[in-house]
Amino acid sequence: MTDKTIKFEKRSASDESKAIEGVEQAKSSRLNVLKTYKIYIDGKFPRSESGRYYTLESAKGKAIANVSLCSRKDFRDAVTAARAAQLKWASATAYNRGQILYRIAEMLEARRTQFIEELVLQGSTSEAAQAEVETSIDRLVYFAGWSDKYQQIFSSVNPVASSHFNFSILEPTGVVGLLAPEENSLLGLISALAPIIVGGNSCVLLASGSKPLCSVSFAEVLNSSDVPAGVVNILTGYRKELLSHFSSHMDVNAVVYAGDSDDEFKTIQQNAVSNLKRIIRFSPKNWYSPECESPYRILDCQETKTTWHPIGN
Amino acid sequence: MLDLTTLDAKDTDGKVKQLCRKAIRPHDSLPDLPSVAAVCVYPNFVSTAKEALSGSSVKVAAVATAFPSGMSTLKVKLRETKWAVNQGADEIDMVISRGKFLAGEYDFVSDEIAAVKEECGPAHLKVILETGELSTLDNIRKASDLAMEAGADFIKTSTGKIQPAATLPVTLVMLEAIRDFYYRTGKKIGMKPAGGIATAKLALQYLVMVRETLGQEWLSPDWFRFGASVLANDLLRQIVKEQTGVYQSFDYFTKD
Amino acid sequence: MKKKQKMQKKAEIKSALKINFSTDWKYDPAPESADHIKLEKKYDLFINGKFVAPKKGKYFETINPAKETKLAEVAEGTEEDIDTAVRAARSAYEKIWSKISARERGKYLFRIARIMQEKARELAVIESLDSGKPIRESKTVDIPLAAAHFFYNAGWADKLDYAFPGRKAHSIGVAGQIIPWNFPLLMAAWKIAPALAAGNTVVLKPAETTPLTALKLAEIFQQADLPPGVVNIVTGAGATGAALTRHPDIDKIAFTGSTDIGKLIMKSLVGTNKKYTLELGGKSANIIFEDAALDQAVEGIINGIFFNQGHVCCAGSRLYVQESIAKNLIRKLKDRMETLIVGDPLDKNTDIGAINSKAQLEKIQSYLTIGIEEGAQRFQPACDLPKSGYWCRPTLFTDVAQSHRIAQEEIFGPVLSVQTFRTVEEVIEKANNTPYGLAGGVWTDKGAKVFSITSQIRAGVLWANTYNKFDPTAPFGGYKESGMGREGGVHGLYPYVELAS
Repeated sequence: MTDKTIKFEKRSASDESKAIEGVEQAKSSRLNVLKTYKIYIDGKFPRSESGRYYTLESAKGKAIANVSLCSRKDFRDAVTAARAAQLKWASATAYNRGQILYRIAEMLEARRTQFIEELVLQGSTSEAAQAEVETSIDRLVYFAGWSDKYQQIFSSVNPVASSHFNFSILEPTGVVGLLAPEENSLLGLISALAPIIVGGNSCVLLASGSKPLCSVSFAEVLNSSDVPAGVVNILTGYRKELLSHFSSHMDVNAVVYAGDSDDEFKTIQQNAVSNLKRIIRFSPKNWYSPECESPYRILDCQETKTTWHPIGN
Repeated sequence: MLDLTTLDAKDTDGKVKQLCRKAIRPHDSLPDLPSVAAVCVYPNFVSTAKEALSGSSVKVAAVATAFPSGMSTLKVKLRETKWAVNQGADEIDMVISRGKFLAGEYDFVSDEIAAVKEECGPAHLKVILETGELSTLDNIRKASDLAMEAGADFIKTSTGKIQPAATLPVTLVMLEAIRDFYYRTGKKIGMKPAGGIATAKLALQYLVMVRETLGQEWLSPDWFRFGASVLANDLLRQIVKEQTGVYQSFDYFTKD
Repeated sequence: MKKKQKMQKKAEIKSALKINFSTDWKYDPAPESADHIKLEKKYDLFINGKFVAPKKGKYFETINPAKETKLAEVAEGTEEDIDTAVRAARSAYEKIWSKISARERGKYLFRIARIMQEKARELAVIESLDSGKPIRESKTVDIPLAAAHFFYNAGWADKLDYAFPGRKAHSIGVAGQIIPWNFPLLMAAWKIAPALAAGNTVVLKPAETTPLTALKLAEIFQQADLPPGVVNIVTGAGATGAALTRHPDIDKIAFTGSTDIGKLIMKSLVGTNKKYTLELGGKSANIIFEDAALDQAVEGIINGIFFNQGHVCCAGSRLYVQESIAKNLIRKLKDRMETLIVGDPLDKNTDIGAINSKAQLEKIQSYLTIGIEEGAQRFQPACDLPKSGYWCRPTLFTDVAQSHRIAQEEIFGPVLSVQTFRTVEEVIEKANNTPYGLAGGVWTDKGAKVFSITSQIRAGVLWANTYNKFDPTAPFGGYKESGMGREGGVHGLYPYVELAS
């Protein structure tokens, strides 16, 4: 059933051996327990309903993981879960959402060595891996702090020329599909995901195909961070296969594309017409750049609601 | 549909007689004009008015129940009502006890209206809500319902002694109350906006409201009256303007 | 037994009660004077500050839908004309509009607003002649609001740095704008004013059945000495609009119209970097709770569905009434409908004017039949209709099911479908059970309930205890398939700027 094997080419052999060495030392005389990388739907950790997988290999040809190769049915199930969770998540207080995002940062901090190791396993230098994990944690903290502020920045009381109290507030767009970038598989994912969920949306995301390990481990972080089930759903698999489903599913309200292919984006544009999905291209050249930290990213997946009420007796 | 009104403490027999003449024959140069519906006076002028209007279709309406404040005992109010009716009043315009109403003592207000109604005998009872003192449209609606349930034949906005008197929104609320009461009980109740309606143009707006809320049947003096004094001359002025095509001066219309 | 009979008889009498609105108190005609209106026989395209003949030399008629008579001939712009207009707009953008100071830009808009006010009556009469809408509405809503949009946005021109915290706003370039026939001048103002304030230039395509006020607006631009090419107006039908959206030198498309056309436009933009905003259709729910002020609600329902003959994207076309008051409310609604005056748009007493076009009338009429075929009960008042022109009586459907087409599809006419509900949960579910999400109405006297319901309706504009109110300061636009982007207010500037840190 294996579909394809992904090998890593550009990566220093020394970093890999260091990581492996660490693991070797720890296990000493015992056989270590390998982790099965699963996907994350509705707060649970299934494997793909299709039973398919692809094998990640290190540059030396050592199998690292048999990663779930998600099908459109997995995607469908994830959207169902996301839809079911969205309203409740949106109606949680802003304070509460902020606390939960901060809790994710705490959990990630606690497991930072694991994430560094995974990044290194997938080809990062240890310096780069450390920087990526630390920036990811800080980025979560950054967006956690926006939870009860973006509304104040972007909403308005409108001085209409009649006897009405009139105000415009932001509400989440709904269920958002996120196609995470291939590179910076952790930082890119978190930078794109945090503004989506801090704004009360639920999300179905497709992890980096070539570097999926952190996203699966991140699901474990989410699972222990008070994030309600279904708010974030994480799939692994091939972007080419799932792209059209992400962009054509009629119950997905918006798609955030963080990849770098014009052709893929064009496919999204085409499919989005069917139900007028909001489509956002978020492909910064550098995931460490300041443009990744902005409340305008939250605004991308928000709708403005204007409410009128008469003033009188 | 007009109730010509004079309710001044300085009213005299002479003034009441003049008003009655105007009521019967509003303008000498327009002999075909119909008479007004009623003349509205204090109880002590009822007999004067009755005599001046004898032989005409014009009714005599008397304000009663310690008009305009209503600040007296039920006993006094009932005696005053009885006396006005005995003097020959065809219609009694009573005031409700606004203080009691605002204090939430609805039963008191209701019982008072019912008692006065009983005292009226054959005379029609108009219940003045004095909407300018009721403060909200919700209260006006509540008072309208209460008055109709208690036996009012007409509900009337104002005494004319308090500002604001009749307004379009207030009148609309009362017309809607009448309509809903009709649908609920099958009983028709009349409407009388009073005070503040000085021009023909404004009167027309009231009539449009009656037409569009209560339809054809209420567009009659039996079910709709304007309580006004200066409106008559503006109506006359506009009628003459229509006939002559020339804008008119008040110098040519008698002030009675 | 006797008591039972008595009760039965009483109920019979009560249900037979009916207020008689067929009265001999008739209204005289009260026509607005049209003597002072100056209309040309033929209108050319407005490109680069001048009226120029269309390249292919073709013209089409714009007619008065109340009389089925020709008002004027109007140029039909083609691809070549669109290209000329876009070039003019590009040149004006590069050479003038992006160069002059923001304050001067704003002053042009103020000037335009003032001239619109000076010509308000003339614009109102032309609007009613061309579109069929009642003069009362064009005088009190369309024209004043159109001028207000210019006034409001004028002041933003030199204050954009305050509109987007932490960012610097830059103009985008040339905006292509396509507007519908339901609020011709208002939509033109609604689109042009923020675009210009933010420093962009414009090519506008008015609707083919209502081009006249946009062309009068072009005359106002001339009188205001707006630099040539800053706004270009190319009249025509769908093909003209398609040429505009396709043009490669357009940076942004703003469209108001049906969801079907909106999707076509979105499709035509695939593979481009053009920004776009879409204001599309709706099937908005107007919800009446048992604790509402019923007579006020009736006025709101009437205004919600019969305003502008129901040619309103945010019309409250789905009425949901709480069971316990349904009978009473529907009787009130029918009584109120009996007094609506359908007829001459120029008559100041007219409540419902002419349907905008023959095609639209036929569409509405097909739904009147569909409603009956689906098993709903149709009610129309017995009002007189003029002999010529396109007319539709205000229509109410009861016994409607959520699955009926008259409850699902946008009719864009004076047709209201009524359903009842029992619980809050039920009505929220039904209200949101639509691909649309433009607007909604809620009627209740309970404050907390107002905000609970308005926050649960998935739509861009919520009216609580009121309906169909608009203001240049209030953002307008839809959720889901009702569009994307907002127009009006500070949010309405966002689609017309590029933000830089």
